[in-house]
Amino acid sequence: MENISKKDLLWIYRKMKTSRYFEEKMEKVYLEGKQPVFNIGAGPVPGEMHLSNGQEPAAASMIVHLTKNDTVTATHRPHHEAIAKGVDLKKMTAEIYGKKTGLGKGKGGHMHLFDPDVKFSCGGIVGAGIPHAVGAALANKKRGENWVAVAFIGEGAANTGAFHESLNLAALWNLPFIVVIEDNKWGISVAKKNATSVTSNAIRAKAYGIKGYSVKDNDPIEMFKVSKEAVERARKGEGPSIIEIKTYRYLGHFQGDPELYRNKEEVPKLKEKDPIERLKKEMLKENVATVEDFKKMDAEIYKEVDKAYEFAVNSEYPEPEDALEDVFC
Amino acid sequence: MKTIKEKTKKLTGSKAMIQALEQEMNRDDSIFVMGEDVGKYGGIFGSTTGLFDKFGGERVMDTPISETGFIGAAVGAAAEGFRPIVELMFVDFHGVVMDQIYNHIAKIHYMSGGAVKLPIVLMTAVGGGYSDAAQHSQTLYASFGHLPGLKVVAPTFPHDIKGMLISAIRDDNPVIFMFHKTLQGLGWMDQIDASLGDVPVNAYTVPLNKANVVRKGKDITIVGVQMMTVEALKAAEELAKKGIEAEVIDLRSIKPIDKETILKSVAKTHHLLVVDEDYLSYGITAEISAIVASEGFGDLNAPIGRLAIQDVPIPYSRVMEKFVIPDSKSIIDSVLKLITV
Ligand SMILES: Cc1ncc(C[n+]2csc(CCOP(=O)(O)OP(=O)(O)O)c2C)c(N)n1
Repeated sequence: MENISKKDLLWIYRKMKTSRYFEEKMEKVYLEGKQPVFNIGAGPVPGEMHLSNGQEPAAASMIVHLTKNDTVTATHRPHHEAIAKGVDLKKMTAEIYGKKTGLGKGKGGHMHLFDPDVKFSCGGIVGAGIPHAVGAALANKKRGENWVAVAFIGEGAANTGAFHESLNLAALWNLPFIVVIEDNKWGISVAKKNATSVTSNAIRAKAYGIKGYSVKDNDPIEMFKVSKEAVERARKGEGPSIIEIKTYRYLGHFQGDPELYRNKEEVPKLKEKDPIERLKKEMLKENVATVEDFKKMDAEIYKEVDKAYEFAVNSEYPEPEDALEDVFC
Repeated sequence: MKTIKEKTKKLTGSKAMIQALEQEMNRDDSIFVMGEDVGKYGGIFGSTTGLFDKFGGERVMDTPISETGFIGAAVGAAAEGFRPIVELMFVDFHGVVMDQIYNHIAKIHYMSGGAVKLPIVLMTAVGGGYSDAAQHSQTLYASFGHLPGLKVVAPTFPHDIKGMLISAIRDDNPVIFMFHKTLQGLGWMDQIDASLGDVPVNAYTVPLNKANVVRKGKDITIVGVQMMTVEALKAAEELAKKGIEAEVIDLRSIKPIDKETILKSVAKTHHLLVVDEDYLSYGITAEISAIVASEGFGDLNAPIGRLAIQDVPIPYSRVMEKFVIPDSKSIIDSVLKLITV
């Protein structure tokens, strides 16, 4: 912890906490209109909902090293990265509510968030974001800028063809590209050990002749250090990296997942080691912030998130005919 | 005339699929199932529930998210004499693996001059209407129907789901078996009557090339597939109150398409509306219109009506999604434009 500035620590805490509070609120809102009988298409937030509670360190401790000019691509589980990257929270929430004021005017929804102002995008097809980040890295290199591109994926996506093709390209062209693999042990119901031939995706870096890092036990500090090195190397033209972080999936794959495939003990055990609480404790111990500071920070976070939800709720729905717009420029 | 009444049971679409798979797997050891979450989970849309426990992991195999890999592997295994049934959760995800499908699965029998047979069934869920947005709500019926060498079926009712899945499994050709999410009768989606129906307990087949007249009428023919058949039936009840008797045809098979049933119906009703939960351009509505315009032109008393998604990706927000997917109301409006009461 000694090598991390107070500013960075506070930033990481703030982003993780914002994401957590945003997701906890979403968990509740998502069930509106879906009780007592769950119907995926009902309520103010219909459709699939993939939440990232527990996975916050992957996003915050990497994105703290990025600027507005660096690109992030994310997945079907995108909120923690979107929040860390500085996606407009009001517009993002409005998009999830299907409102006209949303990032995509209600056309995209929670899996399809695009905020070009901060170079953020995500999508619902597993693995598809990896080559997009490779392309952004290629653009940075062509322009002679030292900007980097980071693809966030789950460990399941590391078994797609897109992963292999993208990593080879990034390595071959020596691009400022990083893939962060959030290893939450599960691809829906399929355990990593039943889907991946090696125990760590970091060792796959060898196959591309690039650097591979593995972060243990969802550690925000270790993730910070490893990401710092990978980003600095990428900026200096020293090539791409794979960063694997062993992380926690607190909730089902999507909301409504009966989770019959996983042991009931898994999540409570993980929650005992909650990364946000761990970081907070550490920061208190090292006198980075006081109990009062945290209280103040949390209050600010709740207010910001609540405001975003309010904005979403109070926004107008699109007109039905708006569906026909935006197919072409 | 049938004298012995067949024993039937009320099943949902999902249970009908499971029963077909189970009975066929019991009959033929060369059948195995693979795909994402088909094991313990039982298929995201309930197509394989319980099969993992019955047949074990050797015959009901969970796969990694390596779609070109496992769908391509079905080719090799089928050529070796197995009968792989492969599920890829949503039809939308097939973009990842189209090469294996259109250049290999569809063409190898032909390119080999008939020497290689690929008895593969690709099962996949289609359809929208629950705000899952542009990458999880498509049907893509026509995208698959366009390719020579693939049979493409999309049954609506549990009886046909079981019978056509069994036919697909027994067919020596590759068959894309599309099942509609809303017709699976899943507890966590909209509950509709059509997802429950009488299904014979024993194994039986329903042909892969026959449409089915599901409502008789004399004034207009409405052709639909899956949820559009369901909506057309709903519309027909309303239209009857206005004195219009619609004949509803459930297409069931996208490829090959049953021209005869459609032409025969149009020869009687002299009016045609085709309804599709797929995109308008180059789709089922275009195909059927072309067939009737070129082979049944003289029977038509009015222009052909086409109702489909107006060439836009499926939007997320409910108001917009409802606007783009045809329903009984837009079907009634279209019929009233074609027929003056
Ligand atoms: C190409 C493709 N195949 C399958 C799916 C269905 N699917 C959505 S998420 C998922 C599991 C992804 O696992 P992982 O990459 O580990 O990410 P996680 O969900 O754990 O965050 C699957 C199979 C999809 N969306 N796209």
